[in-house]
Amino acid sequence: MDRKDFLSIWKENRLENRPSPLAGLDPYNGPWTQKQALHLLRRLLFGVKKSDVDKVVSQGMANALKDLLTVDPIPSPPVNVYSTTQVPDPDVAFGASFVNAPINASLPPEYYQARTDVFKAWWIGNMINQKPTIAEKMTLFWHNHFAVEADTIQIAQAMHQYYKLLRDNCLGNFKTLAKLVSINPAMLRYLNGYLNSKAAPDENYARELQELFTVGKGPDSKFTEDDVKAAARILTGFRINPLVMPLTYYFDFTQHDDTDKKFSSFYGGKTIYGRVSILGEYELDDLITLLFENVETARHICRKMYRFFVYYEIDDQIENQIIRPLADYMIQQKFDILKTLYHLFSSQHFYDNASIGCIIKSPLDYAVGMCREFNIEFPKYVNDVTLINQYLAWGGIASLAAYQGLSIGEPPVVAGWQAWYQQPQYHEIWINADSLANRNRVAENINSPNGVQFLTVTLKIDPIEFASQMPNPRSAFDLVKDSVSYLYNHDLSDKSYNYFKSFLITGYPNDSYWTLAWEQYAGNPTDPVLKNAVSTRLSALYKEILSQAEYHLS
Amino acid sequence: MKRRQFLQNTAAGVVVPSLINGLPVQAYSNTSLLHNLFAPGVDTDHVLVLIYLGGGNDGLNTLIPLDQYANYVSARPNIYLNSNSLLPLNGQNKLALHPAMKGFQTLYNENKLNIVQSVGYPNPDYSHFRSTDIWTSGADSNQVLSTGWLGRYLNTEYPGFPLNYPNAKDPDPLAVQVGANLPLLFQGPNAQMSMNVSNPDIFGAWPNGIDDPASNDNYGKELDFIRTIGRQSKSYADALLNSYIKGNTIANYPAGNYLADILKAIARIISGGLKTRLYLVSLYGFDTHSDQVMVGNKSTGVHANLLQSLSDAVLAFQRDLEALRLDDRVLGMTFSEFGRRIKDNVSGTNGAGGTDHGAAAPLFLFGKNVQPGIIGSNPVIPAVVNEYDNIPMQYDFRSVYNSVLQNWFCVKDPALTEILIKKYQDLPIVKKSNCITDTSDLNSLNDSIDIQIYPNPLVDRTTIQARVVDGYTIIQLISPMGVVLKTIHKGKLNAGSHSFDLENEQYPSGNYYVRIQQGPAQKTIPLMVLRP
Repeated sequence: MDRKDFLSIWKENRLENRPSPLAGLDPYNGPWTQKQALHLLRRLLFGVKKSDVDKVVSQGMANALKDLLTVDPIPSPPVNVYSTTQVPDPDVAFGASFVNAPINASLPPEYYQARTDVFKAWWIGNMINQKPTIAEKMTLFWHNHFAVEADTIQIAQAMHQYYKLLRDNCLGNFKTLAKLVSINPAMLRYLNGYLNSKAAPDENYARELQELFTVGKGPDSKFTEDDVKAAARILTGFRINPLVMPLTYYFDFTQHDDTDKKFSSFYGGKTIYGRVSILGEYELDDLITLLFENVETARHICRKMYRFFVYYEIDDQIENQIIRPLADYMIQQKFDILKTLYHLFSSQHFYDNASIGCIIKSPLDYAVGMCREFNIEFPKYVNDVTLINQYLAWGGIASLAAYQGLSIGEPPVVAGWQAWYQQPQYHEIWINADSLANRNRVAENINSPNGVQFLTVTLKIDPIEFASQMPNPRSAFDLVKDSVSYLYNHDLSDKSYNYFKSFLITGYPNDSYWTLAWEQYAGNPTDPVLKNAVSTRLSALYKEILSQAEYHLS
Repeated sequence: MKRRQFLQNTAAGVVVPSLINGLPVQAYSNTSLLHNLFAPGVDTDHVLVLIYLGGGNDGLNTLIPLDQYANYVSARPNIYLNSNSLLPLNGQNKLALHPAMKGFQTLYNENKLNIVQSVGYPNPDYSHFRSTDIWTSGADSNQVLSTGWLGRYLNTEYPGFPLNYPNAKDPDPLAVQVGANLPLLFQGPNAQMSMNVSNPDIFGAWPNGIDDPASNDNYGKELDFIRTIGRQSKSYADALLNSYIKGNTIANYPAGNYLADILKAIARIISGGLKTRLYLVSLYGFDTHSDQVMVGNKSTGVHANLLQSLSDAVLAFQRDLEALRLDDRVLGMTFSEFGRRIKDNVSGTNGAGGTDHGAAAPLFLFGKNVQPGIIGSNPVIPAVVNEYDNIPMQYDFRSVYNSVLQNWFCVKDPALTEILIKKYQDLPIVKKSNCITDTSDLNSLNDSIDIQIYPNPLVDRTTIQARVVDGYTIIQLISPMGVVLKTIHKGKLNAGSHSFDLENEQYPSGNYYVRIQQGPAQKTIPLMVLRP
């Protein structure tokens, strides 16, 4: 066979003949086992704790979804762990929160950076410590959708407010959220809305509001350059009040263009009539109404939710059988996010075997997920030193994910991260030789005695604790199979289980050597020699499981 | 650009370990067996280094039209550059460079720089993402392509990729991206064909591991993808690292210049014998809506810093290539998703100015083998400019690609049309390449065609008088936003003068253009429209 034939066969197998998940949005009523529970949890959380799976299996889909689709309270705000006795923060004591600190122009600039770094670490901490609800994952979804960059905002207080806005409203109403984002100080700053005036209209926000945030640029979204200009004129006059905490917007009607704004046929040729004086700011409501009346807004956000939670490929069949009905449902539910997501996560389509395991883990799914799956121990607050260590560890995970391509708080551009918008590769963008090698290095280190080190903090997997959660750790084969079925999405061949098992019985002719070692350890768990005998083998096993392509899928 | 962005922007595809200090690099190989067999005598060791200026570079403050200086100043009261600060170019009295671009000035005066004026495309899109996709894929503005122009090029030379790559004949990556973030550029029909680079010591062996067959569904597709990347990474990483160890650099590069660090690494791997032919690097930050310049000294600020980084880095790179005797093999080119509006705004600190997304802008090519000089004429800045006025295209960006493919990589039809989908102008961008047998001076060609418009302004009707040589001719009407509104003529014309009537079809008043194109020659003439 020459290369060309081989290629065409390879290509066909790979690309042409894959069956799409067929089932539609009708409610799922198939089996409810660990496989479905893990699938749901992996997509809605960052990594899954064993206790979460067990609970969701016993709850059944409906009750589990009810719990998962709630928003738990935001943990207490990030605190000053950055100032030193030599250089104190004049506005915030060590250990106190800076989120309501005044905007102080004379504060050393490095403190602005330090606060932002601490805020990001805290955000990651919230993911690591997440309750079993969608709140953190959904906040990331909105962070990617309504992107702002902390590097541009510079003021950690504003970023914290923005995070709070996204998280508080993550399951609320999309239309309300779009309005609130439009007047949020961080967004006004990020896309220059605060500089937009009738004398010098700035199209930046008006463009992204349409192209990225609402109607999008789908095949049927045909807004025009004149629509961008009209929206820019509506959005003139919004300013940031920097003197009062929390930061707020105000409306300067002297900067507002109060003439009428006519939109193209894409928007039904409607005119938004100019409103004078302080009433001018209500033109924003008219604009939001106009954008949400257009069916493209619901379709655009449904496509984004689909790509984030289900899979990135949207062919005609998915568009017609999933996206459009879901968008219609969302419109019918008046842009209620919770109801829309419930509809998707309870559908046959979502649990179709072909939907399971096809998402490539984002760097946060990978890094935070690993911490949670293996219950990796983080420093807890006891005193000032452990407080600093706690933030160092969270910041360490943040930097790890950043190195692999997802720096929290810093989407590369206003469209968010490429893996969630760049066709044709989408999620595959997370994996390249660099990031994959980095992930493998992490898997190696975190299973090694030295662990992964961030300055004074070490994070590592306790393989004995993990193995002990499995139903039958004394059996090498069962331990491998049960670990794999918890960490991967699909079963493997016996050949592969036996390959993994070889790491437990290295050099010995049969499984009983492992069983003996485990039982000896279990009978005398404080004996360091017995413990070491099992932990070194387990570390090798988990390093190997975590280094396979299968582990990067969710 | 910020270091953070560099680190997080490791693009899709295969990534090679970073060469120095954690700098990532992305590369493509040039030894195509097919190429050697079927294109005998063609030099196959040509390298192209693409520098992406992320965000949309303000062409009008990069290359300043001195013959319209008064209009330039009045269009841009907040950000205009003082004429006595501008850098002159040998033999050019109608234009000058931004004061921060001493490196480019030097290159120009040494005949190592080619500037193509007003590069863009018909019906410009003002979205960063869409326009970047257009530039990297080579699509029309109403067309969506899911492959990149260089991905398609590589696919013609390495049609089986990624199957059975790397191999003994092609051990090196096909393309290398260094800190760039444009996966579409190198996306081929079957696979992502580029490789990103980061820290060399992170490349442990990809575990032999398990190899259950990938299922025939979405899960299997992604599993297969991750496994393929894993297998390729290791050998490409070794290839890059070996070249890096064998190679060296000679010239002094500016310190604290991120782009210079990357170009230095690229010079080193080329000198070490890496057969990769395509490199992509990027410099972000050109989206200067606000604070483009510093109040009080407009020749400083964000834009000036970026242009200085670019120009200093490129000059050092060129000096290094010369010292390493590699300058014969390397061509460099800048590009950006769009230029910026003619009129400025007052966004920024203390009322510093900025500019909104625009249309066409100049593009730079550098190297020993460029055809030195300037292609095209200065953009026309109207006396009265409104905020929506744009610089219209003189040259389609795909004409630049066409010329690079034809005259630097020696690609011929039918492959050329397959890659670019349509036929484009051939511009004299490259000088002494083996593929070019005769080079003609485009600007003298441009003098062979001409357009007169009378009356101008257009109220109800006007006449366009075109003087041409024999050949296929296109005449277009272009709106103030750079959109091709009407094709006035398309087809063969005999040498001589031809008249075309143009009616005012309810066009809004403004500064329009008429563009004529014949072979490689073109002219763009302003036409004012007054709504009766």
